Amino acid sequence: MKPHENLDALVIAGKSYASRLLVGTGKYQDFAQTKAAVEASGAQIVTVAIRRTNIGQNTGAPSLLDYLPPSKYTLLPNTAGCYTADDAVRTLRLARELLDGHDLVKLEVLGDPRSLYPNVVDTLGAARTLVKEGFKVMVYTSDDPIIAKELEAIGCVAVMPLASLIGSGMGILNPWNLEIIIQHATVPVLVDAGVGTASDAAIALELGCDGVLMNTAIAAAKDPVLMASAMRKAVEAGRDAYLAGRMPKKPYAASPSSPTTGLIGKP
Amino acid sequence: MISIVVNGEARRFDRPLNCAELIARLELSGKRVALERNGEIVPRSRFPAEMLGDGDRLEIVAAVGGG
Repeated sequence: MKPHENLDALVIAGKSYASRLLVGTGKYQDFAQTKAAVEASGAQIVTVAIRRTNIGQNTGAPSLLDYLPPSKYTLLPNTAGCYTADDAVRTLRLARELLDGHDLVKLEVLGDPRSLYPNVVDTLGAARTLVKEGFKVMVYTSDDPIIAKELEAIGCVAVMPLASLIGSGMGILNPWNLEIIIQHATVPVLVDAGVGTASDAAIALELGCDGVLMNTAIAAAKDPVLMASAMRKAVEAGRDAYLAGRMPKKPYAASPSSPTTGLIGKP
Repeated sequence: MISIVVNGEARRFDRPLNCAELIARLELSGKRVALERNGEIVPRSRFPAEMLGDGDRLEIVAAVGGG
């Protein structure tokens, strides 16, 4: 373990996490693969969706939490599929009861089923209600810096701007907006949505994000367990590069790394 | 006879029952679920005490895979 690792924990709502990679549990081929990928990722915070339970079918079948027990993971219920603030709030109230009072939650209110772009107006409303009810809200949002700051002002414990559309794998489309959000935030900023491959995750951390949340990038890879491991390394590499303080970019001032004197053949 | 709606589906019971009995009848005992009755959360601890009434609308949810 590197000497500074203990001191570089991700802190969300007063709780420390060694891993800056958060992963979702959707789109896997089965629970065994989900578990293997989550383990390979090193993630400690894992999102789950809340859905009507199946009644009368497969009553003996195992459930997701048999593979990802709350005793081992911080389960982060999401509001995927919610298009109104009311639905999101209702879903998270149920989630808190489901998870024995654990109140760290992921809020997302979608605006359009095709693009899955967030409806930031309803997101603001839902965030206000949830914070008042004592939830610790990690909020999925657009990369609009003003909305991000407003969500923080409302009391969200983390702001999670998208890199690109959910499930698109397009990577970070607007690093400059992300930088603005990071510069002004006093709560953790995690990129959530649109990560496609390892370099996307590394770039997010290099920009100064506190963490990354991803699902499809791992689950839809040809080898999800290998990709999960790649993502783990990418997040660590990106974070170390950020902490190391990169060299400046100098487009017009090339500077050789070897001496410019003592070259053979010179007069 | 009471009629209630559970997860969008109508169900009939020959006599009133409480939430714990409902959970058992739906073969959900021992499963980690949360229950909302007419828009209000019913904590698990209240299941035996909470009597269902005719016309109640219930949502019973569980955690599943998602991003």
